[in-house]
Amino acid sequence: MERIPILRMGSFLLVTIQVDMHDRLAMTLQDDLTTRISETRAKGVLLDISSLDTVDSFIGRMLSNIAGMARILDAETVVVGMQPAVAITLVELGLSLPGIRTALNVESGMALLRTATAESDGHYS
Amino acid sequence: MALRAFPQTTSTGRLADILKAHQRDLLRDWVVAQGARQSLPLAELESQCREFLAVLIPALATDTDTIEGPSWAPVREFLNGISVTRAEQGFSPTETAMFVFSLKQSIFSQLRADEGDDVTTIANDMWTVTVVFDSLGLYTTEVYQRGREQVIMRQQQDMLELSTPVVMLWDGIVALPLIGTLDSARTQVVMETLLRRIVETGALIAVIDITGVPTVDTLTAQHLLKTVTAARLMGAECIISGIRPQIAQTIVHLGVDLGDITTKATLADAFRIALARSGRSVVRNGA
Amino acid sequence: MATIRDGVVEVRTENDVVVARQTVRRWATDLGLGLVDQTKIVTAASELARNTLSYGGGGTMRLEAVSEGTRKGLRLTFEDRGPGIANLDLALQDGYTTGGGLGLGLGGSRRLVSEFDIRSVVGEGTRVTIARWK
Repeated sequence: MERIPILRMGSFLLVTIQVDMHDRLAMTLQDDLTTRISETRAKGVLLDISSLDTVDSFIGRMLSNIAGMARILDAETVVVGMQPAVAITLVELGLSLPGIRTALNVESGMALLRTATAESDGHYS
Repeated sequence: MALRAFPQTTSTGRLADILKAHQRDLLRDWVVAQGARQSLPLAELESQCREFLAVLIPALATDTDTIEGPSWAPVREFLNGISVTRAEQGFSPTETAMFVFSLKQSIFSQLRADEGDDVTTIANDMWTVTVVFDSLGLYTTEVYQRGREQVIMRQQQDMLELSTPVVMLWDGIVALPLIGTLDSARTQVVMETLLRRIVETGALIAVIDITGVPTVDTLTAQHLLKTVTAARLMGAECIISGIRPQIAQTIVHLGVDLGDITTKATLADAFRIALARSGRSVVRNGA
Repeated sequence: MATIRDGVVEVRTENDVVVARQTVRRWATDLGLGLVDQTKIVTAASELARNTLSYGGGGTMRLEAVSEGTRKGLRLTFEDRGPGIANLDLALQDGYTTGGGLGLGLGGSRRLVSEFDIRSVVGEGTRVTIARWK
């Protein structure tokens, strides 16, 4: 069965979504991520959606779920690369994706994750 | 486009036979008839005329009653082609239509030669020719119109985009100074341009300055709000600056809730905040 | 109003929802809709196709590329023979759901399109028609 690959980068997990997911694939990703966060004790998850040209309420919910489950497992989530047309459409749909941090690209997303996880570790600059 | 059917008395099939029989003479007369009034090199004109006759005759032979059906598609395509190229070459729509109309003259002469004595037949045939060629000539004009409309739309789009300059103030900080009234169409373009530029520059903060916007109505305010929300969804913060007292009043009266969007009176103040938020400060060199 | 092009996509499986999305994207691109307009109608189609599958028990999505004068548009019709929606007004509000979802399917989709029409009869089925003009 096809799965979306989850890469490990230190204490972070990186997921790049490049296919148009059907619902089951999205659910599988949720499960896989929860398992991996737990296994690796990851502190952060980076979801790269720069290849997605459509994000509907189902995918939006998936992103929220991932962020929620990650938080319970003590990991921060950052979603990066949302395309402008997608952002405009989500706003029109009324989806605000509460509780999800976002960044423009992987680089700034990683920087955000590092700051966020440093704070939660109690390290303040 | 409403269906334009030829009247019952016409028979394009007959016309096809006549044209086929006298194709060479007609071609020659036609080219000569246009000669004085147009500026294409002779060889090119001849080739266009020959091509037109080659698609026209089969279409006439199908004996349909309108030029809009599939059997006339090759003719329409050909006319599309020359309308476009001639427009590009600077021909007026009338000149292009004359390409079609001048063939009438040659056909009339041929009909008179063939059927001179038979008044009824010649009247019917001439009417058929008139109806067909008028439709074709008008078609070329419509193609021209549509072409112009597309040019205008493209230019309007360009103008809208040019009037939305997104400038980079510093690493990761961009500013969008808006000038003039924001109507619905313009605000859409503004929104899309700003978001695209944010992605291109990797900006973390965008300052939208509305000093140059005289009035803000509910729709504009909502669009601004949506722009800020969309930018936030993508990972960039927006600061709105240049809000004059009147606009502040309007916003309150309209009941628009700016939520937690930061607003500043001047672009300078907004820039200062943006710098601070991106972890920078300005230091005066020691004296 | 004239129909330039016509097509039907069966929506019976999860994968069909993806196919529906991609087909709408292709048609919208062919029609020359701008990127944002494309994304809006594709997203609305995704919501509605999913509804057809999850709540309607499966159905069809009909595509029509239409023209009215110089305007061109894309019309989509989602039809199912499912249980139907008892209270349409309630279903069109944001946040309403019977399926544990966010409930933004119908209300949200309506905001993404230029035309929106819904007919539903309990016990017989639902038909939703949306359109986006260029």
